[in-house]
Formats: sequence, structure tokens, C-alpha cells
Amino acid sequence: MEWEVVIGLETHTQLKTKTKIFSGASTAYGAEPNTQACEVSIALPGVLPVLNKEAVHCAIKFGLAIDAEIAPRSVFARKNYFYPDLPKGYQISQFELPVVGKGKVTIQVPAVGKNEAYEKVINITRAHLEEDAGKSVHDLKSGGAVEGMSGIDLNRAGTPLLEIVTEPDMRSAAEAVAYAKKLHELVQWIGICDGNMQEGSFRCDVNVSVRPKGTTELGTRREIKNLNSFKFMQQAIAYETQWQIDTLEDGGKIQQATVLFNPDTGETRAMRSKEEANDYRYFPDPDLLPLEITEADKETVRAEMTELPEAMKVRLESEYALSVYDASAITSSKEVADYFERVIQAGGDAKLAANWVMGGIAAKLNAEDKSIAESPIDAVVLAQLIKRISDGTISNNAAKQVFEAMWSGESDVDAIIEAKGLKQVSDTGAIEAIIDEVLGANQTMVEEFKAGKEKAFNALVGQIMKASKGKANPAQVNVILKEKLND
Amino acid sequence: MINQSLKNLSQLLASKAMSSVEMTQTFLDRIHQYNPSINAYITVDEEKSLAQAKAADASIAAGTATVLTGIPLAQKDIFCAKDWKTTCGSKMLANFIAPYDAHVITQFNNVGAVNLGKTNMDEFAMGSSNETSYFGGVKNPWDLTRVPGGSSGGSAAAVAARLCAAATGTDTGGSIRQPASLCGFTGLKPTYGLVSRYGMIAFASSLDQAGPMAKSAEDCALMMNVMAGFDARDSTSLNHPKEDYTAQLNQTPFSQPLAGLTVGLPKEYFAEGLDGDVAKVIETAIVEYKKLGAEFIDISLPNASLSIPVYYVLAPAEASSNLSRYDGVRYGHRAAEYDDLMEMYMKSRAEGFGEEVKRRILIGTYVLSAGYYDAYYLKAQKIRHLIAEDFKAAFKQCDIIMGPTVPSTAFKIGEKTGDPIAMYLQDIYTIATNLAGLPGMSVPAGFSNDLPVGLQIIGNYFDEARMLNVAHAYQQVTDWQTAMPKGIA
Repeated sequence: MEWEVVIGLETHTQLKTKTKIFSGASTAYGAEPNTQACEVSIALPGVLPVLNKEAVHCAIKFGLAIDAEIAPRSVFARKNYFYPDLPKGYQISQFELPVVGKGKVTIQVPAVGKNEAYEKVINITRAHLEEDAGKSVHDLKSGGAVEGMSGIDLNRAGTPLLEIVTEPDMRSAAEAVAYAKKLHELVQWIGICDGNMQEGSFRCDVNVSVRPKGTTELGTRREIKNLNSFKFMQQAIAYETQWQIDTLEDGGKIQQATVLFNPDTGETRAMRSKEEANDYRYFPDPDLLPLEITEADKETVRAEMTELPEAMKVRLESEYALSVYDASAITSSKEVADYFERVIQAGGDAKLAANWVMGGIAAKLNAEDKSIAESPIDAVVLAQLIKRISDGTISNNAAKQVFEAMWSGESDVDAIIEAKGLKQVSDTGAIEAIIDEVLGANQTMVEEFKAGKEKAFNALVGQIMKASKGKANPAQVNVILKEKLND
Repeated sequence: MINQSLKNLSQLLASKAMSSVEMTQTFLDRIHQYNPSINAYITVDEEKSLAQAKAADASIAAGTATVLTGIPLAQKDIFCAKDWKTTCGSKMLANFIAPYDAHVITQFNNVGAVNLGKTNMDEFAMGSSNETSYFGGVKNPWDLTRVPGGSSGGSAAAVAARLCAAATGTDTGGSIRQPASLCGFTGLKPTYGLVSRYGMIAFASSLDQAGPMAKSAEDCALMMNVMAGFDARDSTSLNHPKEDYTAQLNQTPFSQPLAGLTVGLPKEYFAEGLDGDVAKVIETAIVEYKKLGAEFIDISLPNASLSIPVYYVLAPAEASSNLSRYDGVRYGHRAAEYDDLMEMYMKSRAEGFGEEVKRRILIGTYVLSAGYYDAYYLKAQKIRHLIAEDFKAAFKQCDIIMGPTVPSTAFKIGEKTGDPIAMYLQDIYTIATNLAGLPGMSVPAGFSNDLPVGLQIIGNYFDEARMLNVAHAYQQVTDWQTAMPKGIA
């Protein structure tokens, strides 16, 4: 039987606010345990939550970015359960009335093997605001703690999260990863999340089920919790999908479960079912008033928002005649897009700028594991290099040498060209002289060309370039050589 | 001195006839003398109180004092007070020393009032007799074999026995008004949201409201001037302009100061269940009010009878969640021995909470559970809305509602402990105002068999100033508020 996998994602996005969602404690990562836990974070008797407006601002931004319904009135609810790192014994979340309703995210699924790249719209069910829990630190061995005991760090308790839930719209691990990447880019683009997956700022829970291809009923799902890298997500979904298919084909049944992915073994495994049987007893939090968002609030936020990646992609295609591929690659991150636009503003040709940003720069950044913000080559300097290519001062090959020098920290493009003697020879007379010389020395090749051997032409160009030490303008060489051979 | 109004006490201090240290010491001495038999206070800390008194004297000398500067007040042990043991009447918090001040405490500190100590209360404010306190019951100063009411029983006994100049309380279903009625003094539960709940240990968040417990309406007004006001740390705090609650007092001609006031008498508050002698006291008070110029009409609050069932769904639901933080992990009682996390939770909570608290946690957990939520919690919320609508309709006909505060007078210690429902009926006339968020008062109106009886005054939202004036006018022609129990002078 042919099977189809059905995937939906729930993503916990940590919002980039200075303080916690219901208190004034700092959200900065990495502080000494419990040094960012105020009386509200610790849930002392008598403390009360006060909603951080900045978190609401982030939620509105996200809602606008995915063209979603933003609830004029949403409600915070208590999710009741006991856990040592949940200080109040309940988490303040949103249940029946979330702040962001239905929306859409368009993903680009890359080509894999013989499958071509394609676009797909993923429907967002909802996004709601909630507070994060603290951390339980097991296996304590240092820091003065007693071995064999667990430590509780409440620095993270109360950090604002936007939980973004999709419809079960994805049909492959590739689609799920493409969605996760797109969302990851989007929340950083609109500035609501730092996207740091190592620090847990962007965590995905993936719901996976399988069904016979062609059927419409959903199979029983298992939820893979807390995936914090795209690679693990890909592996976990692939493993889980195959496991479910194997189980069903062996006559087994899928039990709804929460599973964890083990990166060492590449396997998913169900958590104890005891942890599943929760009745969270949601009810509206009487300490918080319903959250009201007016049209004016939305307009204020909208006015502050910069161009969204989808809109920018379309603009790059039309304004600079970039290919869909280049346009979506450049708009994959705000930093890259901004860099690209600065190159163009500084006078760089768009097509060449796209090639360099996605080519030379990207390769270097990748190799050195750097972001474009850390690029040693400023956009204005890159534009200078591109101008020298466009105006024929240097060849593409020579440009690569200049680029290397620029990467090493030199920034005066013309000085590099001068110092390395890379200026192209575009003087027709000089080029003619070299060509004549080469033709004279390579009569056999000339004969071969005239006998119809096209390859001989390229060989002659090679000889000419060699004779000019790479400095002859190749375009001019081509034209003049053709003229002379056809004489 | 001990029976003086707050205004007179303030004048004593201002005129330097007495220092705050002397006044504070007088009350501390009385606490030493009478608290062992009454058990009104859980914590007294002479050093802290006298240090505050000394600072108040300095402020009086410097001319920076206000009305309550240097006045010794009792604080219900539900308010966190920095460096004070704050127990909420529970073993769970028996050793909890608050590291911060509740808003109410800050307000009193800011005007230089003296904190005499933390008063006894029903555990987590759950009870109507103060018998659920881990620190033992409180005795009614009018009859030591009887309860003072609850949950603010310690503050009530302290005010009645003149072990403080005035006190704070909190009222979730009647916890200021019922003990005020049973102990014979004036207590006010303000409009929900008028006094910040920050630092006030939560029982049922949507109903809890702090208010003054004092001899007279005028004293309550002076307390309200300090307690009321917007606080950004409480999201349910109302941004209502600051009022002077004494402003309306004494401003009308004495002969018929309440002329033009229409008072509604809800027939449901005078029906079966009301003690005949209590009814007589209330009727006498009504006669007095007619002399003051008030007009009376009959009104109906048709859904009032549902107040108790609605309350005992909603309050426990919120409480079950509010009390989840007492898990033995970060502070409070933790069982001495346990094998795993689950056992630590279960033992710590089983040992730390008393019977009534456990009963309400169980009820609350039940009504919020999947499958029961709609039938109980949601239904109760709908009826709560109807009850509020009843009052809205009533206030179209009248300015003030009056009736008994409690169906009977103070009952014997132990009389109702075996019958929770009988205990819950103590609040039958007071709960509806909490459900509607309205302000309510109890004003001493006389005695039945030598036990105090309280008249309840209910006003519309933010009508505290008018209510206080209605009570004040009555207290100008009666003197129930100055009556003191025998044996404590």
C-alpha cells in the first residue's frame, strides 16, 4: 500500500521582549540560576500578573505578517498542572480565545532528486501568547548542589512565548522543514524572535500521522516534542513516519502519544503514557482582564512594520528582474535582503549583486559559520567591486582575486586591482597585437578552425588570455579574434 | 483612649498629648493582657511596631504627619508585610516570612501608620467562624464561648476588644461584614477593584477585596482614604479617581440628613432563615432611618437564593488553582520524608492544608474537570451575571439597599464545625455583593440577647462615600459603635 504522511507543527517562539510576559524580570539568557526570578517569577503568595504590552505588540506583528485574523478580544486562561519548574502550579496561556486566528504562510519546498522545487501555502490555525516554564536541572554535579538531586532554575519562568499552530497541511518531512525554516526566517524578519535554536528561542513540536494515500481521514497522531534543529526535525519525521508505516503494515495500531527524538540513535520513542493523562482544567485567569486589541492598535503596529519577505520577493523579481530562485534566496533573511539592497543602492548591478551575495559571500560565510552581519566585506565595498566588473576594469576571474583580498580585510577595491595588476587590457590595439602574435604562432589551430573545428576557437582564446597574463578583456578578445579569423 | 475615634486619636498625637510610642505601647499591653484568651493575633512584634511608632513621632514632630500617622492598626495575616511572618492562617505558611509588602501595607507604611501585628483568620480565608485557622480559633470578645465570625475573625476580635485602633480585613463572601456584624463594629467591603490585591494572598481572585474594619463609618472612611487607589501591579485594579471618603460626612443638615434617599429592602433578605430577634433589630434601625429622612421601598433580588451554590462553585474553582503554588518546592511546608516528587507533593499538601481548605480544593478541582466544566463552572458564571443584573435593576429603583448582614448572632464555638452547609449559610446575605462586585457594609445596629447585630448597607459601584455617609448619619443618632464588650475596659 502507498502511504501518505500528514504533519502539523506547533512552534514555541520566544518573543524578543526585555522583560517577562507578566512581570518586570529580565529575559536575558544565560544568567546565574534564579538571578532573574522576581517575586512574580517565583510565585510568592499574593503576587499578581501584569501583561507586558511589548509581547502583545509582537503577537500583533505576527498576525499582520501572516495576514491573520487578530482577535479584538482574547482571553488568558490557566492551564493547571503540577511540576517543580512551574511555580504557580499553572501556566498562563490562551485557550478558547487566542490573540491570533487563521492565517497563511507560503513556503518554498526545495528540489529533491527528480522532484522539482515548488511553493505551497500552509494554513495557520492560531497563535497564542503564553508564559514559559522554568528549567529543571537534573544530574547536578557542580555549583554546590547536592548530587542526586534536581535543581530548579526559574530564570526562564515567565518568558513570553507565541505558540504558533498549523493545520495538518504538510505531506513530507521536506515540507515540514521548509515551513519551519520559513517561520524561523519570518519571526526574525519581523523582529519578534532572535531565532536562536540552541538557546531554545524557537522550538518545534511536530504532530505526525500516516494514512493510506487517497484517503481523507486523519490517522492517529504522535507528537514529537521539542525539536531544536532542522536536521533533527528532518531525521525525526523520517524515522517516525517509517515507524508508523511499519507498525500499521505489521497489523499494529498507533496509540496517541508524545515522543522524544534521540539524536544519538536517530530514533523516536514514546514518553511514559502516565504523563499523557492530563486534565489541565483550563479556565479564564481571574487575575487578568481580557486582552482587547483595536483597529487603531493594529494600524499603529502596521505603520511600524517594514516590507515583509513575500512582498519584497515579488518586488525584487519585478524591479531587478531577478529569478524567483534568486529573489526567494535573498529574502530568506532580513540581514541578507538588507545587505543586497545596500549593494544596489551603492551602485552595484542587481544581477551581479545577487550572484555575489548568494555566491561568493554566502560560500565564505557558510565556511566560516558567520552571519552576513559579520561579513568583513561591507555592502558598499562589494558594490565597488561589482562596478569594476561592470565597467570592464577587471574580469570575473580577476574579481575573485580582488574578493579574496577584500575578505582578508582590504577595502580599497581600486588599490587592490592596482597592486595586483589585474586591470584588464581593453585597448583594441594592444589586444590586436597579442592576437596577431598568437595566431602567428598557432597556424595549425587556425587551419583547424577554418576546417570547421569550433573547439579550436576556444583553444585560441585560451592562448591569447595566457599571453595577456589574463588581463585581456575576454569580450573584446572574442570579437576581435572572430573578425580576424573570418577575414 | 482605647475607645476613641481615629480622628480623636490623631488629634491626641498632633497635640502631643500622647506620643505614638505611648499609644502603641498601650495597645501592645492590652494585646499581652487579652490576646491569650481571645487569640486575635497570630504575630506580634513589639520591636517592629515601636520602631514604626518612633518614626511616626519624628514625623509628627517634623510636621509631616497625616491623619493616620502613628495610629496603631492591626493587619489581617493575609497581607504580605516585609520581614513579618505572613501565615494566612495556615500550617502551609506557618514559617513564611514575606520578603515584600502588599500594596495595602505599603499604603499604610507610606502614611506612617503603625503595624501592631498580624491577625488571626480562617485558613486561606476559608471559613465563617475563624475555626479553620491553624493557629487556633478566635473568641468573640462579647462572649468568649462564641465565634467572632470569619474569615477576618482576628481583626474583628481585635477591633471589638480594642486591641487596635482599627484593622484591615478581606471579604470574599462576607469575611469583613459577617465578623463586623457578630462583633459589633463597622466594616466595609469596597467595590471590587478599588483596593489593590497585590500582596494579598489569593483565595478567590475574582471575589477577594480588602477593606477597613473599624469602630465607626468615619473611621472606615479615613482607612479607605489610605487603602483605595489604582495600582498598576494588579490588573483588576480600577483606575478610579482618588476620592476623599470623609468629604460627604457631616455635610447635610442634622434634622433630616438623609432626606431624598431611597432605600430598597430586598424581600429575599427578610424571608425564612432570618432570626426573629435579628429581624427586630433591623426593623428598629429602619425606623431610625425613616426619622433621618430616608424613604423605604420593597425590592426583589430574584436570583439571590442562588448566591451560595454559585459561590461554592466559583470560589473553590479559583481557589483550587490559586493554592496550587503551595507545593513544598520553593517555600512553605514540605513533608520531612518522601520517596519521589509525587509523594513530596501529596504529603506536603496533605500535611500543610486543613480540612476546609482541602474540601474546597477538591470541589474546585471537580468543577473545573473535563466533562463537568460546562455544567458547573460555566453555569455558575452565567448565574453570577444574572445576580449582577438583579442589582442593576434594583439600583434603578433605589439608591441604597439595606437588610441584615447575617441571619443570626454569633454562634457557639464548635456549633457548626460538623456541618459545612450550615456554616456556608452565614454568608447568605453577603455573598451576592461579592458576586456582583458591589460595595457592602455592616453597621452595628443593636443587640439580641447581648450579642451584636449588624445592619447591612449595599451601594452601587463606587458609592462608598454615600454608603459611609448613610452609616455615619445613623451613627450620629445611635451609639452602638462605641459599645464595648464587658471585661475588656
